[in-house]
Amino acid sequence: MFLSRPRTCLLVAIAISVVSGAIQHHIDPYFVDVLTSIGINITLAVSLNLINGYAGQFSLGHAGFMAVGAYTSAALTMFLGPKLFPSAAPTVVTMVWFLFALLAGGCVAALAGLFVGTPSLRLRGDYLAIVTLGFGQIIAVIFRNIEGLGGALGLNGIPANTNLFWVFGAAALTTYVVTTMVNSTYGRGFLATHDDEVAAQAMGIDTTRCKVIAFVVGAFFAGIAGGLYGHFTLTINPKGFDFTRSIEIVVMVIVGGMGNTTGVIIAATLLTLLPEGLRTLAGMDIPLPGREPLSLRWIGELRPLLYSILLISLMLLRPQGLFTWRSRRVKLKAT
Amino acid sequence: MAIQAREVESDMSDALLELDSVTIGFGGLTAVSDLQLAVAPEQLVGVIGPNGAGKTTVFNLITGVYQPTSGAIRFNGQPTAGLKSYQLAKLGIARTFQNIRLFESMSVFDNVRAAIQIHRSHGVRDALWRGRGFREGERAVETQVMELLDVFNLAGFADAGAKSLPYGNQRRLEIARALATKPKLLLLDEPAAGMNPTEKLELMKTIQFIKEKFRIAVVLVEHDMRVVMGICERIAVLDYGVKIAEGAPDEIRCNPKVIEAYLGDEHVAC
Amino acid sequence: MTEFFQQLINGLSLGAMYALLALGYTLVYGVLRFINFAHSDVFMVGAFAGLYVGRSFHNSSVGNGILIKLLSMLLCAVLGIIIERFAYRPLRQRSKLTVLITAIGVSLLLENAGQLVFGANPQAFPQVFPAQQFTKGDLIISSKDIVVLGVTITLVALLQFIVLKTKIGTAMRAVSFNAPAASLMGININIIISFTFGLGSALAAAAGILWGYKFPKIDPLMGIAPGLTAFVAAVLGGIGNIPGAALGGLLIGVIETFVRGSRWSTWTEAIAFVLLIAMLLFRPAGLLGKLQPEKV
Repeated sequence: MFLSRPRTCLLVAIAISVVSGAIQHHIDPYFVDVLTSIGINITLAVSLNLINGYAGQFSLGHAGFMAVGAYTSAALTMFLGPKLFPSAAPTVVTMVWFLFALLAGGCVAALAGLFVGTPSLRLRGDYLAIVTLGFGQIIAVIFRNIEGLGGALGLNGIPANTNLFWVFGAAALTTYVVTTMVNSTYGRGFLATHDDEVAAQAMGIDTTRCKVIAFVVGAFFAGIAGGLYGHFTLTINPKGFDFTRSIEIVVMVIVGGMGNTTGVIIAATLLTLLPEGLRTLAGMDIPLPGREPLSLRWIGELRPLLYSILLISLMLLRPQGLFTWRSRRVKLKAT
Repeated sequence: MAIQAREVESDMSDALLELDSVTIGFGGLTAVSDLQLAVAPEQLVGVIGPNGAGKTTVFNLITGVYQPTSGAIRFNGQPTAGLKSYQLAKLGIARTFQNIRLFESMSVFDNVRAAIQIHRSHGVRDALWRGRGFREGERAVETQVMELLDVFNLAGFADAGAKSLPYGNQRRLEIARALATKPKLLLLDEPAAGMNPTEKLELMKTIQFIKEKFRIAVVLVEHDMRVVMGICERIAVLDYGVKIAEGAPDEIRCNPKVIEAYLGDEHVAC
Repeated sequence: MTEFFQQLINGLSLGAMYALLALGYTLVYGVLRFINFAHSDVFMVGAFAGLYVGRSFHNSSVGNGILIKLLSMLLCAVLGIIIERFAYRPLRQRSKLTVLITAIGVSLLLENAGQLVFGANPQAFPQVFPAQQFTKGDLIISSKDIVVLGVTITLVALLQFIVLKTKIGTAMRAVSFNAPAASLMGININIIISFTFGLGSALAAAAGILWGYKFPKIDPLMGIAPGLTAFVAAVLGGIGNIPGAALGGLLIGVIETFVRGSRWSTWTEAIAFVLLIAMLLFRPAGLLGKLQPEKV
């Protein structure tokens, strides 16, 4: 549906982002926070989907790329920015610098993606998973050792540059790039690499290059998401980008259906809303006539447990994801 | 209707493909030993022999999946040593596989489209920008893919999942896909396996047809002797990795070494 | 020089526990070609089992210690078999990644359940074996290290015996080489797989108890780091290779201990992964393993 006119859809999405950014302060801050989280998670999930879902490279270290982007962009806005611009800089300058910081974060993350992707290439599924996990941990350890970036305590006081415009814009751009890349003749190379590497090579596809490109592009957008995250939570530390974080993103991709961008977007949204929903539920007391109101606080404690049960049930019952349906195979109608 | 095979002289000097004393061993086992083989442009060569004789290994050597331990392989005069499979595919070598290796998550159309991409007219930038160049490129791709599917009577299945096709059609799709790479040399690994006699007859006609229409050389590994004898111009016989005979179908049919190693007495009509 | 030996002993004792864990990974991988992510959490459950049982014994003696250990190993063997039966077996025909994710799910489940049931705070592990210290010059050898090494050597020897000399061990090896052929020979694959899981889990429990004994604080998330390190050890030694896993475990234990004692100590957690990546790049079969090429 969006493939027949992708550029139009992108422009519409960007327009929505601009509007959202403008009316942001009229919306309840809690909703703004939730929407921001959703946008960041969509960017993360769609970028991971390129690596895991389409190219079939099982990466468990995506949070590492996020960390690289977060630290790089934070360093630029916190340390370099104030040196270049006076403290009372006009909004436009702040925005431009922020854009630059985000893109720089993405690029450094992309470099990390190149670094991680290249050696991982010869590895099969489960080995690749462990190696990418390892890279994610190594990145966390590296940041823990850089005292200039806060060491184990991390960075505090990151300027609050993130707003709905950036977040929705990033999500839209990521979706656009991943979808248009994959749904082209060029993009069939990714899927072929995933399906059968030997056959793909025999058909002239440089599978190594496909896999590296998937890592680099996926890492780039994860880096941008990281930058947005840092300027949203205003504080980052190495522990926030660990294996657990990577798994959260992986779950979004799995629930959405690997290789199904629409499904992944829905999954990212729902999985961001779920803890909020549960938290609200846990804070409620159900009034019982004539008795003490029933506290649902135990739901909050059970949340991680429910999460893992969800994962296991999903794999046992519907491993293709919750949101994969028999899509009509759309032959690319040249318009 | 008998299908006549034309005998063609094989000339080493303008061979399209040359295997020159090629040997490969795995651990303690020598799979192919000192193999000399030449294929001329637009020639149809058969490679036969018992199971384990090394026939698929030869294909893997030609397509760069394995590197020979000694000897040299030349394609169009150029040595293929060190070149990877996808580079050789770009040079013009295509193949099908003994155990069908289609891209199972994709449609019939996309399987062929994935292979055409090595000659695509647009790249990443066009895919992202989606401008005029991209649309025209995709249109051209669509036309080419449908033409190819038409040759194999698969056009009606274009949107079906590759996995959902009946076995015979899957084999034909694999050949169509290989042809999408616009090869000069096509290697077919047991294309008739699992087919009934009618389908085999169809296959023989198709192979001859594509050889002439696309002007390619074909090397065929096959166990069905009617297919091999029916269309091949030259046949090489392998046994335990060694070439024990080579020649025109009639010579091979009556060759005592070949009969003993592989064909058995019922085929003797000399 | 004494410093060196001290570190060496510490390293070997740490490595012994990694070895026990690594064996579990390698056994399961050998038979199923699958990384059991939940293995590290069975290790944790084993430690907690030891904690609760140990608390009910009021004096520490060698006999009590062995009993606690055996009970815990049995419990975890059963746990491992249950996990396999309900979470992994239904997925045996599916793609490897599906099972991998399920394993991650089981791991998270055990960790979260552990936090709910045991409480997230670290708890002290009871002295299950009597502790003593022996000194030789400046060298201090704790009886803990001796116990750890002793138990590990015994278990590894026992494992080798089972795998090489018993009928079921031969069946295990057959399944790891070629499962369909093994089943055609009349081997009941499901029983062998269950047995393998049980064996690996029992070893994990043993490692858990030893860990609690040597580092007397345990918590529900204790398995994550050692688990990953032990997996790396298994790959280092050549995944699927039993002596390799033991060797890998000891090696990593020693290297990690030396790094932790050096000025690069903040990089300790990265060491295992750096080794892993280096190994996979330069010698993917591992130190003692053999590479299986894919048949085209």
